[in-house]
Amino acid sequence: MTKISAACAAALCALLSAAPALAQETSKIDAADTGFMIVATALVLMMTLPGLALFYSGMVRKKNVLATMAQSLIATAIVSILWGSVGYSLAFTGDNPFIGSLSRVLLQGVGVDTISPLAKTIPEILFAAYQMTFAVITCALVGGSVAERMKFSAFMIFCVIWLFIVYIPSAHWVWGGGFLQTMGVLDFAGGTVVHINAGVAGLVAALMMGNRQGFGRENLSPFDLSLAVIGTGLLWVGWFGFNGGSALGANSRAVFAIVATHLAACAGALVWSGLEWYERGKPSVLGVISGAVAGLGTITPASGYILPWHGVVIGLVAGGVCYWFCTVAKHRFRYDDSLDVFGVHGVGGILGTLLAGVFATRAVTASASEPGVSGLLEGDPHQFLVQAIGVGVTIAWCVAGTFVSLKIVSLFTSLRVSGDDEREGLDIALHGEALHHQ
Amino acid sequence: MKLITAIIKPFKLDEVRQALTEAGILGMTSTEVKGYGRQKGHSEIYRGAEYVVAFLPKVKVEVAVPSPIVESAIAAIMRAAHTGHIGDGKIFVSPLERALRIRTGEVDQDAL
Repeated sequence: MTKISAACAAALCALLSAAPALAQETSKIDAADTGFMIVATALVLMMTLPGLALFYSGMVRKKNVLATMAQSLIATAIVSILWGSVGYSLAFTGDNPFIGSLSRVLLQGVGVDTISPLAKTIPEILFAAYQMTFAVITCALVGGSVAERMKFSAFMIFCVIWLFIVYIPSAHWVWGGGFLQTMGVLDFAGGTVVHINAGVAGLVAALMMGNRQGFGRENLSPFDLSLAVIGTGLLWVGWFGFNGGSALGANSRAVFAIVATHLAACAGALVWSGLEWYERGKPSVLGVISGAVAGLGTITPASGYILPWHGVVIGLVAGGVCYWFCTVAKHRFRYDDSLDVFGVHGVGGILGTLLAGVFATRAVTASASEPGVSGLLEGDPHQFLVQAIGVGVTIAWCVAGTFVSLKIVSLFTSLRVSGDDEREGLDIALHGEALHHQ
Repeated sequence: MKLITAIIKPFKLDEVRQALTEAGILGMTSTEVKGYGRQKGHSEIYRGAEYVVAFLPKVKVEVAVPSPIVESAIAAIMRAAHTGHIGDGKIFVSPLERALRIRTGEVDQDAL
């Protein structure tokens, strides 16, 4: 506690004096890398606002469009503030294998020319901002599972608690020098940290809150799929910043990641719509965009470690497996993951993290300081096993952490709106606004 | 005088209007409506969830016609609104007791 108090006091002093911190390392900031990462940061923020906001709100009913957008907006606001205050420090500093330090609380010590040891050619403040956009979209993604029934206030409190219990430790373990990173788990841009966490948390939340009224009986069809198509386009383009930017510099690995990402999205879209065409005679637009997002989510953990054509294979697998989860498993087991966050992101994240262990290519993973990693395809089963452990640990922690988070939230307020409010629609009931007026 | 009410597919409205004009009918009213008959709506599938949309969008056309041209008006609508597929719609003919033109005060056939 003494340490925490001292760190907080120091951070407060730094904030109040508004003086730039002194440089702690010799500057090695590269202009090209910095420029690229500024763009990547903007692209990833664009994925949440407006990408995810449009993608999600187009798939809910008209009476819940604004409330669904509100979840993405408020997740951005809450998580960004928390990330700058404590989140970045706990996720990306220190040597502890389980949680980071408080050395960067309120971004103290982050000066104009400080550099994180995790991103050695860009300003540390840019690295912190880039990682902030990941935390933002992960929390916002969870909202899709509980859309059309979760209370706005409950979602706000959930974002605060879940960020600390699940996201921040997970990011530290895999990216911030934690035990999974030490073990060698490969997660280039967030298969475990972002997609498994968001998908599994969404599933747990959906199960704990129960199905929407009328699920399986009434018409819960999307309000306006054109919004979802626009949202998908923004997500797709933004994913270039998400996966390309995870190379943390303007280099070949970034380009490899971007090309593999795009090819996986295309393959996913083709497989999902092809399966629909075969099974029901018509390829739906929702199917095309679902397949694309499945491909994008699945390629994410592997994107910087593989060859571009591997992206096509991963996209093909993603399209088929995620399709089955969203169209068959969900209805067979009758759980109401409103916007298929588990079926697309959770399953995609699990699949992609495992496939990273299959397709990891020594020539791509090697760097000046590292010899590179070979996956199953290059004859080494070890990496696949490591990936499986990473998946198992992430799922287990996320299930437990999400359960505890929601239990804590329910101490403050009910998780779900009242039956009348749900029938009336969350836009009017929670926000006092309507999408259209005559 | 008769009141002809036709429920047609929305995309057939222009053809029906043109056919009725050619049949000598000078005015008509159209309303966007929703309904179903033997077609029983249609089903939509979103990620494996099937929803039955019972009320389909239709257009209701109402025309008041002098008795002598009722048959030609009906024939015009039948011809223009026909696709041969289920859901083409229906035509109802009912007696019309009075008609008045608000601007001039003309009544019945003079008002049509």
